Amino acid sequence: MAKHHVAATVNGDEVEFLCETEETLLDVLRDTLHLTGSKEGCSSGDCGACSVTLDGRLVCSCLVLGCEVDGRKIDTIEGMAKGETLHPLQQKFLEQAALQCGICTPGFLVAAKSLLERNPNPSETEIRFWLAGNLCRCTGYDKIIKAVMETAGDMRRA
Amino acid sequence: MAETNGTTNGAVLDIPQTYVGTRTVRPDGVDKVTGRARFAADFNLPGQLVGRVLRSPHPHARIISIDTSKAQALPGVKAVITRDDFADQASELIPAGEMMMNYRDVVRNVMAREKVLYEGHAVAAVAATSVAVAKKALKLIDVKYEVLPHVIDVVEAMNPSAPVLHPDLFTAGVEPKPDKASNVAKRIEIAIGDIEAGFGKADVIVEREFNTAPVHQGYIEPHAALATVSEDGTAEVWVTTQGHFIVRAHCARLLGMDISKIRVTASEIGGGFGGKTVVYLEPLAVALSRKAKRPVKMVMSREEVFKASGPTSGANIRVKLGASKDGKFVAGYAELRYQAGAFPGSPVQPGVFCAFAPYDMENVKVVGYDVVSNRPKVAAYRAPGAPISEFAVESVVDEIAKKLDIDPVELRLQNAAREGTKAAYGPKFGPIGLTETLHAVEKTNHYTTPLQPWQGRGVASGFWFNIGGETCASLTVNEDGTVSLVAGTPDIGGLRASLAAVAADELGVPYEKVRPIIGDTGSIGFNFLTGGSRSCFSGAMAIVEAAKEIKADLCRRAAKLWDCKPEDVEFSHGAVRAKGAAAGKHTPMTVADCAKVAGKTGGPIGGTGRINAQGAGPSFGTHLVDVEVDPETGRVTILRYTVAQDAGRAIHPSYVEGQFQGGAVQGIGWALNEEYIYGKDGKLQNAGFLDYRMPVASDLPMIDAILVEVPNPRHPYGVRGVGETPIVPPMAAIANAIEQATGVRFTELPMSPPKVLKALRERGLNTREALRSGNGKNGHGKNGH
Amino acid sequence: MARVVLVGNLAQLTGGVAELDLPATSVKHLFALLRERYPDIGPHLEEGIAVAIDGQIYQDSLLEPIEPASEVFLLPQIAGG
Repeated sequence: MAKHHVAATVNGDEVEFLCETEETLLDVLRDTLHLTGSKEGCSSGDCGACSVTLDGRLVCSCLVLGCEVDGRKIDTIEGMAKGETLHPLQQKFLEQAALQCGICTPGFLVAAKSLLERNPNPSETEIRFWLAGNLCRCTGYDKIIKAVMETAGDMRRA
Repeated sequence: MAETNGTTNGAVLDIPQTYVGTRTVRPDGVDKVTGRARFAADFNLPGQLVGRVLRSPHPHARIISIDTSKAQALPGVKAVITRDDFADQASELIPAGEMMMNYRDVVRNVMAREKVLYEGHAVAAVAATSVAVAKKALKLIDVKYEVLPHVIDVVEAMNPSAPVLHPDLFTAGVEPKPDKASNVAKRIEIAIGDIEAGFGKADVIVEREFNTAPVHQGYIEPHAALATVSEDGTAEVWVTTQGHFIVRAHCARLLGMDISKIRVTASEIGGGFGGKTVVYLEPLAVALSRKAKRPVKMVMSREEVFKASGPTSGANIRVKLGASKDGKFVAGYAELRYQAGAFPGSPVQPGVFCAFAPYDMENVKVVGYDVVSNRPKVAAYRAPGAPISEFAVESVVDEIAKKLDIDPVELRLQNAAREGTKAAYGPKFGPIGLTETLHAVEKTNHYTTPLQPWQGRGVASGFWFNIGGETCASLTVNEDGTVSLVAGTPDIGGLRASLAAVAADELGVPYEKVRPIIGDTGSIGFNFLTGGSRSCFSGAMAIVEAAKEIKADLCRRAAKLWDCKPEDVEFSHGAVRAKGAAAGKHTPMTVADCAKVAGKTGGPIGGTGRINAQGAGPSFGTHLVDVEVDPETGRVTILRYTVAQDAGRAIHPSYVEGQFQGGAVQGIGWALNEEYIYGKDGKLQNAGFLDYRMPVASDLPMIDAILVEVPNPRHPYGVRGVGETPIVPPMAAIANAIEQATGVRFTELPMSPPKVLKALRERGLNTREALRSGNGKNGHGKNGH
Repeated sequence: MARVVLVGNLAQLTGGVAELDLPATSVKHLFALLRERYPDIGPHLEEGIAVAIDGQIYQDSLLEPIEPASEVFLLPQIAGG
């Protein structure tokens, strides 16, 4: 069966690619577009390591098909920093040691950014529930939650 | 053998510590927060093939035949391997994680030979030009099995009538040697004093039986490897691993290659916790690449990770503890039965050693059994063996506290091992921090905050021995005075930051001028794997040795430049300085100054530490937890959690705290939700993150981390490994808290909602009347055992 | 004479003798003395043994010195995960 031709916007850039019907957006990002920042942890939408935003909506890219994103806008971890300037969340994660092995970090950053865009003043509970779709096995979440809370405060004051 | 800085920290205190002990930003951090860092599955080579594994659908079966002809003929298939591609291995023990493993078993675990011994056991593998072709090829491999009855549960597997996995396995450690094969690989025992006499003197005795289910390390990054073998037989491998030198050794052995012909690069690693200290895909990828003459990339699916890598043991434990009425432990007995999985080698040995070790006891006997059964071969999981045995013992300690009406922290303080206490497994402890962690917990606000009905508070202690091991690390001073650091143990969370801080302080250079990398096996000498809580302990020791070499070299060069005697030159406070007869006559030279004239004074400047790090000291910890039990759903909520643990000296406090918090949360998952659920058919029913339920952010509160520092006198910076101890206390602490909240003593893990609910119902504790009358209020009420 | 204790199953290789006094001056020397007396123990000393000397546990350390009054324990090796 012929591949699908897809044209989309990824991190602000226009891209075109061919993909099989069964290829997920995650497969396309990693294998075709060579954006390996989104990670594959489970392929069943349970770990959040593949988190991206699709037309501004937080999704697991392993649960989206490549051929579904024609004409749509995707934002991945690779688009979070602006040139040399890290996003405040990225900077805070570094300062607060909110990562250990780092495999879940791209997913958490994309998800946290998505939260703060909707809710600039989330409570600890709101942050924990928003991020419940992102698994971390190393940190116990403590420093991640603190980093998001502090960044929210910094961004509100900025 | 290199000397450490002696038995005091005296020499090190002369070095101004600008970075050690502070919260520097890790040098590898930017790549991790931008998605640039390369984990194993992020590597690709031109022309690479997709490697996939055919796995057994049966938990136990004889392999009658394997026909790969149709798969080999499929266009796009470039190589197929089976047991025929691996030479059989003689029985030879090698250190592997926490138990000795046998190469004869390693080759069979990597690719089944006579039998398949668990659902998921590898039977064949293919390398093909695409995922679709690889999947099709696997379907074309025809394996004929003779299905055999299986056994999984450890107690069932010990039954003489259980199906026997290995016809040549006779229980070791039993006299006389048995003449009938069984599933009991080994019986071990330690004993001191006289437990009969000890129990005879006890005023109170508690005896309990416990059962725990297998749990998985749960790393988010699946196993992955990319191998490329050239026509002259040299191989390069990129792999996510805790020990790339171990991967090299295993591949060389299993594939009959010289060690120098394999170069292994450790990618960034997305979690290991012991589960990535062994090989699964790597020898397969190398064998396929050797056959196909193209690079082969292999990545496990999450289902494969659960079914075919190594979760830890499920276990059955009996504990009997006796105490006098004033709280002195007078005798302790325990029997541990641990699952090893398909091949011998559970962590029952350390489980036996750890069981009563935190306490000063004269009479102890612990017996352990290593039992095989039809589930994946156990791999190490953070303090292997100890969380299970200490869950049981710390639960019983709590019951003794309750029976004697003594505060559980006070009871532990009374019996705590201290410096000079003889451990049940023999040696006396050096300086240790158990009592400090108990006092730290007692002093917290957490300890005295009032509780509501259906809430409870629990405490438990634990430790891990920690190890040193073979370590090589090098420092090179570049022409501009910056420093390149090469370490050889994969960085699983903060190592590069820690070693860079040590190097910066040792040489008196700014932290940002030190760039650490983890070298591949071709660029540095042998390093034992990252595990045993050793990487910072050993790495820092090796960096100190490397720095010593550099400092001595710089002094020699300066002496020649200054025309003065070697004894009139010293390195201190980041520079070579003239002293003694030459004092004041020469401008001190910093490392950067020396670098400028390196070529002219003899050549490039560098040093290497090559050691077998000894002197590891145990890290003790005490955990305090508040829980709330929902009597209508059985859900246990962690309200508050405090970890106090002895780090010796925290090189990087944030990453030490991170170990405390991460280990505690793994323990919370082990306590409340995680378990391998097998059907009667011997197949795993919950091989995914939805139903293998690990803690998520909304399950947890903040984890308060209290850093206790009782320096390890055998380490130049006083470091104790910290990574493993935090997973040891949580299960008992939570069980103790639940007992206080409900009056129910749980002896089975996990204490998941269905089990909690069932127990409450059986005791009439969650009827409407009971709920209305405030049953289960905290404290030890009428709902006793 | 150093007091040497074999912990756990190691005593089975010495016919049940768990404690003995040996004039060992190093770990290497201790292993040689043990092999002389108890040939069966030989292969078990090659790999997988830890030696605790006066409370400090050493792994893979043949050259470690043993003092005349040392207390020495032979244990199975510990690693970790």
